[in-house]
Amino acid sequence: MIEFESVSKSYPGGAQAVNNFSLVVPSHRTVVLVGSSGSGKTTLLRMVNRMVDPTSGRVLIDGDDVRDRDPVALRRSIGYVLQSGGLLPHRTVLDNIATVPVLNGTPRRQARQAAFGLLERVGMDPALGSRYPSELSGGQQQRVGVARALASDPNILLMDEPFGAVDPIVRRELQDELRRLQTALGKTILFVTHDIDEAFRLGDEVVVLREGGVIAQQGSPQEILSNPADEFVREFIGIDTADRQLTTDEVGGRTVVFDGDGRPVGVMAS
Amino acid sequence: MNWLSANWPEVVSLTVDHLFLAIPAIIITIVASVPIGRLAYKRPAIGRPILGVATLLYAIPSLPLLIVIPVLFGTPLRSNATMIIALSIYGVALLVRTAEDAFASVDPQVREAAIAIGNSPRSVFWRVDLPLAMPVLISGIRVVTVSTVSLVTIGALVGVSNLGTLLTDGLQRGIVAEVTTGILATVGLTLALDGLLLASGRLLTPWTRPRRTPRTNTNEAV
Repeated sequence: MIEFESVSKSYPGGAQAVNNFSLVVPSHRTVVLVGSSGSGKTTLLRMVNRMVDPTSGRVLIDGDDVRDRDPVALRRSIGYVLQSGGLLPHRTVLDNIATVPVLNGTPRRQARQAAFGLLERVGMDPALGSRYPSELSGGQQQRVGVARALASDPNILLMDEPFGAVDPIVRRELQDELRRLQTALGKTILFVTHDIDEAFRLGDEVVVLREGGVIAQQGSPQEILSNPADEFVREFIGIDTADRQLTTDEVGGRTVVFDGDGRPVGVMAS
Repeated sequence: MNWLSANWPEVVSLTVDHLFLAIPAIIITIVASVPIGRLAYKRPAIGRPILGVATLLYAIPSLPLLIVIPVLFGTPLRSNATMIIALSIYGVALLVRTAEDAFASVDPQVREAAIAIGNSPRSVFWRVDLPLAMPVLISGIRVVTVSTVSLVTIGALVGVSNLGTLLTDGLQRGIVAEVTTGILATVGLTLALDGLLLASGRLLTPWTRPRRTPRTNTNEAV
């Protein structure tokens, strides 16, 4: 469980990235922070592994203030996936995945062996293990990033716009893969994105942020879609756009769903 | 050619002397320049002035330097130690700025990611910064090597024997073949060391030349 207790972060010069933010991320759940740039979502994520320390307030993991933890040990105990994978360009795929176990003292051979298993786990051919990251596609690099984050079997995964740099089709595949993994592994995931569809697809709970790390609305995707809190949220989730304004009509005995422009998008399951 | 066939053991022994001056100086240069370069990159407020002074050292004329070093370091005037210190000073002056550039060439996002997944400052240096700085660093070391090997010849002027001895001796005695041999041997040695560095640079940075093109099709798992 991760708890934010009225955390704020301001930078010299007066810029306020986060203002009095509180949130509980329950164990084994996926919570998505969604907001545009300047909403402080990445700052919040980075407070969990002490890449950023709050100016005031506390961040707790299972009840313990992260400030009391050694940052290096803390970071090794948390899986971290970031945009473009953040892989080391001079290490092979296997060595990238084995990074944290090796830092923790696992013999290199054993860590590489385990890395093969992790490659399969994220849906990749283990034969790709001897490649360098530049020899992989963007989607493959992202999968390796996930495998690396899982290598030390952490309870917590932090994901910072991990699928932001890949094309929409691959992004969709990666999202499905993450859901499959999460069903199997049940990690506590804090996920950051600016893509509301991604947030709705992955989050058990979605937190919509406005400028300065202020919560505009928090709830399950259903709750937010069915009852947007205010104009900001309505606009952010695009509730009034053609994509979200669906209607149904009987066509040839089936109930067909149309979007706001009258284009068919699917049928109701019977 | 006659001169060479009569004197080749002397040339070989002078080449060895030459290497014993150049190689320690190059190693000291690297060991001293990398930390200064990194300091200049990480803490410009402290490192930049040191870097500026180090670069200026190159402006000291070599003969006075060879006389000042024994005074400062207590080394004998005509000794290998004096030569090696002088060569190292010039080497550092040449390499520090490239060393700073080498660390600046490391993608900050890669470094940041390495920290975020739990590398300690020490392992960031050894596992991330140093290997990724290597391509630029090696290009700087090649320049230092070429410069050091040719600078060694100056030692002959103060009586430290090396391939430069062929130049001073040949000029004094008017033996053209000896001078030519000295020049060719020095150039040859430079090329050999440079080739060695080029090869070891390739061995140290295998990732800079991908063996396969990235896969963009999605037949395999993406």
